[in-house]
Amino acid sequence: MKQLIVSAATEANPLVPNVWEMLVVIISFAVLMGIVIKLVVPMFEKTFAERAEAIEGGIAKAEQAQAEASAALEEYKQQLTDARTEANRIREEARAEGAQILADLKEKAAAESARITAQAHAQIESERQAAVVSLRSEVGTLATTLASRIVGESLSDDARAARVVDRFLADLENQNAGAAK
Amino acid sequence: MHLPAILPWGEAEGFSKQMLLVILSVVIIATFFVLAARKQQLVPGKLQFAGEAAYGFVRNGIAKDIIGGKDFMKYVPLLFSLFFFILVNNIYGAIPLIQLPSFSHVGGAYVLAGIVYVTWIAIGIKKNGLRYFKLATVPSGVPVYILPIVIPIEIISNFLVRPVTHSLRLFATMLAGHLIVMIAGSGIEYLVMQESVLLKGTSVLVLVGAIAMYMLEALIMALQAYVFTLLTAIYIEGALHADSH
Repeated sequence: MKQLIVSAATEANPLVPNVWEMLVVIISFAVLMGIVIKLVVPMFEKTFAERAEAIEGGIAKAEQAQAEASAALEEYKQQLTDARTEANRIREEARAEGAQILADLKEKAAAESARITAQAHAQIESERQAAVVSLRSEVGTLATTLASRIVGESLSDDARAARVVDRFLADLENQNAGAAK
Repeated sequence: MHLPAILPWGEAEGFSKQMLLVILSVVIIATFFVLAARKQQLVPGKLQFAGEAAYGFVRNGIAKDIIGGKDFMKYVPLLFSLFFFILVNNIYGAIPLIQLPSFSHVGGAYVLAGIVYVTWIAIGIKKNGLRYFKLATVPSGVPVYILPIVIPIEIISNFLVRPVTHSLRLFATMLAGHLIVMIAGSGIEYLVMQESVLLKGTSVLVLVGAIAMYMLEALIMALQAYVFTLLTAIYIEGALHADSH
């Protein structure tokens, strides 16, 4: 009777656990924990990590491309500026060189013209001199010939003739000087 | 209310339906999550997405939010296993023909609460040494003359009552839900058997009430799995940061 009551109370009391059920739950939960630790959590974490890496990697790649693009742009701008400066410099140089060449040529031309002028002057002077000399001797000869014809006397004596001519010319010059006064 | 044993292994004990369902729950959970996690695609398919959402719910919604810090990952497997183990075993109660939450028998609830109890005390001792018991029972900032009252209360509430409430909360809600469904079921059966048409008709009212209770029970089943796991996370967090509480 007492045993029956105890067993009935045990049956009826829901707070008294069934040991076999506890054992099953312990083993089942241990198996589940093992699977979760070994498989489920590592696989999910790996996927999460890979995804995060893929997203961050993509962002990093985009940033790198952006940086490369702006660097290239900067380089092109620099090159353009350099090219402009270079072109300006070359133009400046060409202008200076041209001016130099022009000045040289002008100088050379001026020198040449001066030389030609001087040469012409010298030639004219020498020709004039030659003409004066030839005129002087010719006038002398003509005058003595004419005078001998008029005077009828040979003025063959050269010394005398030369004296006469010189005197005549001196008179002429004096006349000229008097006329000029 | 006591279920027939599947295999009689003694006078009162046998291989009960609960045991079969507990083992089945491990198969269900492991199969689902291993299948969901196996492909490891960066752009997840439907199954993988569902698995990741469920895993992320425990990982981020419970472990990370409550425990936080750098080392919450250590406790994710325990919390994850607890949540889905309890969830599946509770949801059995809402599945027609099975209609039996495994934790309507108290043994499983004792086991899980016991595992959690040992775990958080071990964490507390590992983190703080034996000083942990002082930290856990002597609250800081309390006047000295109140301590003789506070310390026994803290000892009782933290080390004695906590595992009991932790296990019985789960067990009692499941048992109550199971009882209500069973009572409603047998009540309907009893009323339908009556000869009077009016009495037969009242069974419809019971059915409507039973359906409402069924919905409520389904909610409680999911909620209790969450509450059990959340409390586990809170206990672990308390043991980890005992010096700042």
